[in-house]
Parts: sequence; C-alpha cells; structure tokens
Amino acid sequence: MKKRIYSVLVENQAGVLCKVAGLFSRRCFNIDSLAVGETDSPEVSCMTIVSSGDERTIEQIEKQLNKKLDVIKVKTLKEQQCITKELMLVKIKYNTNNRKEIMEICEIMNAQIVDMSKHFMIIQICDAPDRVKGLLAMFRSISIVEVARTGTLALSKCSESDKG
Amino acid sequence: MIGADAIVKCLEAEGVKEVFGYPGVAICPFYNSILDSDIRPILVRTEQNAAHAASGVARMTGRPGVCAVTSGPGATNVITGIATAFADSIPLICITGQVNSELLGSDVFQEADIYGAVESFVKYSYLIKNVNDIPRVFKEAFYIANSGRKGPVLIDIPIDIQNAPIPKFKYPESVSLSTYKPTVKGNIVQIRKVIKELEKAKRPIICAGGGILLSEAQDVLRTFATNHNIPVVTTMMGIGVMPTNHPLYYGMVGNNGKPYANRAMNEADLVIMAGARVADRAISQPDLITKDKILVHIDVDPAEIGKNAGPTIPIVGDAKHIFEDFLAEELSADYCDWINVLNEYKSAMAIIRKPDANYVDPECFIRKLTEKMEDNAVYVADVGQNQIWSCAYAQIKSGKFLTSGGMGTMGYSIPAAIGAKVAAPNRQVVAVCGDGSFQMSMMELATMIQHGIQVKIVIFKNNYLGMVRQYQHFSYQDKYSVVDLSGSPDFSKLSESYHIPFIRLEDMSSCDATIDAFLKEDTSMILECNIDPMDLV
Repeated sequence: MKKRIYSVLVENQAGVLCKVAGLFSRRCFNIDSLAVGETDSPEVSCMTIVSSGDERTIEQIEKQLNKKLDVIKVKTLKEQQCITKELMLVKIKYNTNNRKEIMEICEIMNAQIVDMSKHFMIIQICDAPDRVKGLLAMFRSISIVEVARTGTLALSKCSESDKG
Repeated sequence: MIGADAIVKCLEAEGVKEVFGYPGVAICPFYNSILDSDIRPILVRTEQNAAHAASGVARMTGRPGVCAVTSGPGATNVITGIATAFADSIPLICITGQVNSELLGSDVFQEADIYGAVESFVKYSYLIKNVNDIPRVFKEAFYIANSGRKGPVLIDIPIDIQNAPIPKFKYPESVSLSTYKPTVKGNIVQIRKVIKELEKAKRPIICAGGGILLSEAQDVLRTFATNHNIPVVTTMMGIGVMPTNHPLYYGMVGNNGKPYANRAMNEADLVIMAGARVADRAISQPDLITKDKILVHIDVDPAEIGKNAGPTIPIVGDAKHIFEDFLAEELSADYCDWINVLNEYKSAMAIIRKPDANYVDPECFIRKLTEKMEDNAVYVADVGQNQIWSCAYAQIKSGKFLTSGGMGTMGYSIPAAIGAKVAAPNRQVVAVCGDGSFQMSMMELATMIQHGIQVKIVIFKNNYLGMVRQYQHFSYQDKYSVVDLSGSPDFSKLSESYHIPFIRLEDMSSCDATIDAFLKEDTSMILECNIDPMDLV
C-alpha cells in the first residue's frame, strides 16, 4: 500500500463533491482524508484527497478522476514532493492539576489555546499531518471533548519549472 | 417559445428522428411540443425499454438514441436501460421530466433524485435550472454522448423550466468544454512500435471488441488483418467486426467462446486488444495475455488501459484512426505457419453437440436461421442460454449482431430490435430470446403493433431460466431454485391477441420450411422453438 495525495481542481458547482466522493466509494478506493475549498478563481475548487493503494489502484484513481467531466486537472503527489498541512481544533476538559502540562505540550508542539472557560479549552494546531496526529495522541490521556480536523491540504513544493 | 419547444428544436438540430418514451405530467410540456415537429414519438410500454430501444437506434445509426420519460418512477424505471447502455458504451440522451424546480428536495409527488441516482451509470448528467441553458446543455450532451468513449447522458428538466419562456433560441454551433478533450489520434511513436513488434512477431492476433464497431473501424481493421494475414478473434461485443465465415476469423473468446479462439489468444506472442476492456467475461485470467507476450492495448478511454491488464504498448485514441495509421505503415511479415496452426486447432477443437431429436437443436437452428437471413440483417440476441448459443452459432455476414454484453440485461432484445427496425426500416431485424427474457419485454408487442414496427421474434422455449438452471445443475447438483417458468402464457394465444402471426417449431424435421415461412415477408412474427429443458450451452 502506497500513500498518494491527489490535488484535484474541479468546477466549483453543486454536486461535484458528491460525484468525486461517489467515484471513490463505487470503485472501492480508500479516502484517508478529503479537503475542499475555493481557489483564487471562484469557478474552481481544489480538492485534496489523501488515498492509498497498490500501484494499479493509484494509477486508476488518477485516470478515473480525469474521466470525470467536472474535473479540470489532477496532480498525483508523493508525500515527500509536497508541503502538507492540517488544521485541527480540539476541545479538552482540564483541571488545575493538568493545566500546566497542557500548556507545556502546546508550547512544544507549537499549538495555541484559542478559547478557554473554567473547565474547557480549545487548542488549535496547524502542522504536518503526523504532528497533528501526535498532538491528538497526547491529549487522549487527558480528556478530549470534541475534535474537528480539516484533513490534509497539500501543494507541490516550489520549483523553478512551476508555471506562473 | 418555451423551454419544451427549445428541447424539440435542439433534437431537430441534432437530426433526431424518433424519441422513445412514456409520458407523465412532468414531461407533458415536451410531449406537447413534439407534436409540432417531424420527430416521431414512440410510446413504449415500460420506461426501461425506452432506453433499450434508443440503444437499438444508436447502434444502427452511430448517433445517440433518445428517450424521454417522466419524473419519479418514470425516471427510476429507466435506470436499468441507462446502465445497460453505459456498460456497452452506447450513446444515449435520456431526458427526464422533473417536478417544479422550486419544490426540488421537498419529496413531493413523483419526485426522485434521478440526477444523483444515475451518477455511476452515466457519462455525464445535467439538471437544468435555467431555461436559457437548454441549447448549450443539449449541444454538450450530444457531443459528450457520442465522442471519446461513448455513453449515456441524462438531462433532468423540471416542468417549470419546460414551461418557461425562452426569449431567444439559438442552437450553438460548437461546444466549448475545457475539461473534456478526448484523444482521437493515436501516438505515432507507439503505432510505429507496434509495427516494429509485428515485424518480429511469429504469432500475432487481433482481439476486437465493441469499441471497433463504435468507432466504425471494422472495415479498416479487416483490411489491415487481410493485408498482413493476421488472425482475428472478438469479444461478445465485437461480434460482427468480421463476417463469421472470414478465413481469418476465429470466433469469440472467453468463458463461453470458442476453445480455439482462447487457445489462439494463449499461444499468441503478440496480442492487439482493440476497443475491448479485458473484462472477465472475455479474459478470465488477464495475466495470461501479458505473460510471455507483447500486449498492445488500444482504447479511446485511457482508464481502460492498465485497469485489468498492464499492456506492453498502450495506445490511447480512436480505433479507426489508429488502424488507418497502422495501414499507412510498411509492414512485411508472413504469419502463414501460424494461420495453418490455427486452422488445425479450428478443425480439431470444434465442439460437436449431441442434440436430442425430439427438440429443436439451437446450434443447427441458429445456423440455418442466420444463413437464410438477409446479408445485412440485424440479429438481436437477448440474455441467457439463447445469448451464448447466438454468439456461438450466428453466421453474421454484412449485418449486425446486437446484445447486452456488459450488463447482461434480460429483456433487451425486443426493445432493442424495435429501435433497430425504426432506425433501419429496410433491414430485416430478428430478436432471439428465451421464454424468460421474452416475458420480461413481451409488453412491447403492443409497441410493435401500435407503431407498425416489423420485428421477427424467436422464442427459445424450454420452460426454464436455462442459464441459471444450468448453473444450478453444475454448482448445486441439480437442486433447482426458482428457475421453473411454469405459469407462462400460451404464446400462440398471446400472439393472437396482438394479431401477430405465430409459428411453433417442435423439432428439426420441418426446420427449413419453418424458417423460410418465418422470414418470407417483412412482417412481425413470432417463432417458438421447442428447446430441450436440459440442454447445456
């Protein structure tokens, strides 16, 4: 099983997300994460799909995506070829005993406390997906109330051959 | 002018001659407007068959067939027909009426999310929310359906959009789809590579699929094969690419194919798969066609290449252009020895059936029937044992062989034959089905009568769902489960009630005379053949 990141430019229209997600489910391709957002052009959205499979599946995913008429462009990237980031918000329940420990973890992991009440706080991290996962693992022993993650976003690393 | 008039104008601009369908309130504006045009509306008796009939038209004319049905159950009924066309890459335009656009999503009477429901069975689909989009959408839909890898396109149109005034109608002259540019020309470097490999090859073979017929490449493929003495086999959907009696033709491959065709594929050192998907029905072990041999895979759909077998030389493009390019290249090779070997296999491996004299022998019957049929006749095979016998024994000359290969949809033959006859009224059209598949579409006898469509129907009657019975015979040691067709009507009386002449053939003793009588005049007729219930394909 190899991991690939598909950066898919699609027409920004109703139903396109459903078509792309439906393609993955119908053909039994994995979706590890999926993130969608508008690009600099309001007519175009970018979907970042993380998937894994054998060589043939990886190739088929790209080919089947390209067959969809609403798909403008597909880039298949290996992890090391791109910059990947994920944003996570995690709400945890804290007490006076562990507050210091939490703050230390946040400092080490470059995470921020973005909201706080007497017993709860929301921590934000925006980092490489494995570091996000690592932070979540650390909070597991504390008391996680809610988690929201964007899924991986990725762009291929800068290169002089990039088209402006 | 309202939206419905615009839809009709679009169909006229595309040269559509007939629309198969079934009305309901949500498509009524369209069926009202069609009366003001020369397009012939043909009422079928269930929506699924509207799509099959449109498929028959498409396969005869090379242009998309059109069907139009109402919302809700009308639309959901048509899905099997759409999926059948999708599996065989048949171009269709399927128009569905929809509830008022302002009520979409509120589950009102006869609302179904057909746009969402057909997503995995269509090449593309539209839900029109603005009447001014109608001309562009239809132009795009016809282009998408009939280019690249062909397929069905669905257009869902709410009733208020059909009734909305359209200030200015102009049918676009061209389409601009930035995300859809199918490859037509094959890469010349790859093409020359194939020629080079053919120079070295000792045992090449061409395996032609339905894509050859869809791109109308059969003539150029035949010329290429004949010029260089290259043997040809076909998949089920490729039947008709070569006349059955062509000296270079070695029949259909696959589980139900000719043993010598499969052996030829296995022993070849170079296989040119052209317009074929390498699907399980034709190639049960894809690794065998890549092992110890060069596999050239030609397909207009890049996703088909490498999906089931990794080719040595992939060529993406339209088969007709690619074979024309093959022809333009110099190739001097002689495969005489290989042809001699194949001819030996052909005579040594012929299957000899031992039919029971009390019944009609499907092999002998189909051979005689197709030999007596007109040269350019259309043979439409249904699904079941009848399909396998038809594939094995039909002698196709310059005519066509139509069947549901990919989806294997029972009941396909009669509506598809209706569509074929409407599209080609001067050609003889014969549908061959079993008593199971006949009963799935026998309501269409009324369509034939109402619209004066002359279709000849052969029913192989064995009182069983024969293909499944055969499977249960082998896999469940004759423990038969729900395959007995007791309760079927008396087909002679059924024919009589539709005023369709009927003949029954009990055994082979009067076979010739019966077939002659069956084919004599261009009228609809039903011929029931008494088939051994225990016969195996």
